[in-house]
Amino acid sequence: MDLGSHGGFIVAAYAFTALVMAGLIGNAVRDRRAQLRALKGFGEDRR
Amino acid sequence: MTPSLWTRLSNPSHFMRWSGALVPWLAALSVGLVGLGLYLTFFVVPPDYQQGETVRIMYIHVPAAWLGVFFYGAMSLSAIGTLVWRHPLADVAQRAAAPIGAAFTLICLVTGSLWGKPMWGTYWVWDARLTSMLILLLIYCGIIALWRTLEEPNRAARAVAILTLVGAVNLPIIKFSVNWWSTLHQPASILRMGGSTIDPSMLYPLLIMIAAATLGGTTLHLYAMRTEIMRRRVRTLTIREAERLDRTQPRLTPKPAGMPVGQPV
Repeated sequence: MDLGSHGGFIVAAYAFTALVMAGLIGNAVRDRRAQLRALKGFGEDRR
Repeated sequence: MTPSLWTRLSNPSHFMRWSGALVPWLAALSVGLVGLGLYLTFFVVPPDYQQGETVRIMYIHVPAAWLGVFFYGAMSLSAIGTLVWRHPLADVAQRAAAPIGAAFTLICLVTGSLWGKPMWGTYWVWDARLTSMLILLLIYCGIIALWRTLEEPNRAARAVAILTLVGAVNLPIIKFSVNWWSTLHQPASILRMGGSTIDPSMLYPLLIMIAAATLGGTTLHLYAMRTEIMRRRVRTLTIREAERLDRTQPRLTPKPAGMPVGQPV
């Protein structure tokens, strides 16, 4: 696929979006695991 | 939807049940729709006669802009729910939405900037639309910072709800900035009187990307709301445990005899 002379800008825009989305999803999953661990510590296992 | 059904769905325990079953399906649907949207963006959409291939940036820029505004709108409604009805899920919804809305606003600003350099010859201009979107990002950051500053959840919820409602003034400014002022940013081309100005070959893939992003954002929001409910449960259990330990353990400094509780020493 030829993205033309401005291909760098297109790739940068999609790469940045992918990076932010990965961060957002990764942070959400990490936070969920931390809360589940804490709940487990109290003898609760809610999902 | 009848009020009783709404009340039942928004009860935190019921919410945990139905959202737990829904989130995996929504996530799978979002991934499928994003895949279809990206395929159409890169392999079906023709290059624009003016923008050329750079138009493909619009397929992430426009959905991100929509979601940045959408989540703030949702937060404003939740803020009313917090202040008027003190609904337990309203504050949870607001807190979970803020980082997601901020992330999409950031994506909108950066992708717009990357589009602007080849098209306008500059990464940034202090144009009304761009500036009002930057203000939206700053409001999101302010809200997140305020939450982290205030320890007591009820106080934080009220303060954040007021700040959110004050910031909601920015939403119509964002929408109508391109009509009210002479801006470098193009006027509305999807939601406008007289219909869209975009050719169907480009419009439908764009609508699919907007739908995919909305579905993905909603899934993330539900997921984050569930985590927030768990965090509050952990906080309650921690306080309960601390109180129990406080009751059972002997005091290191005995109370002076004969002095009423609460009296300054």
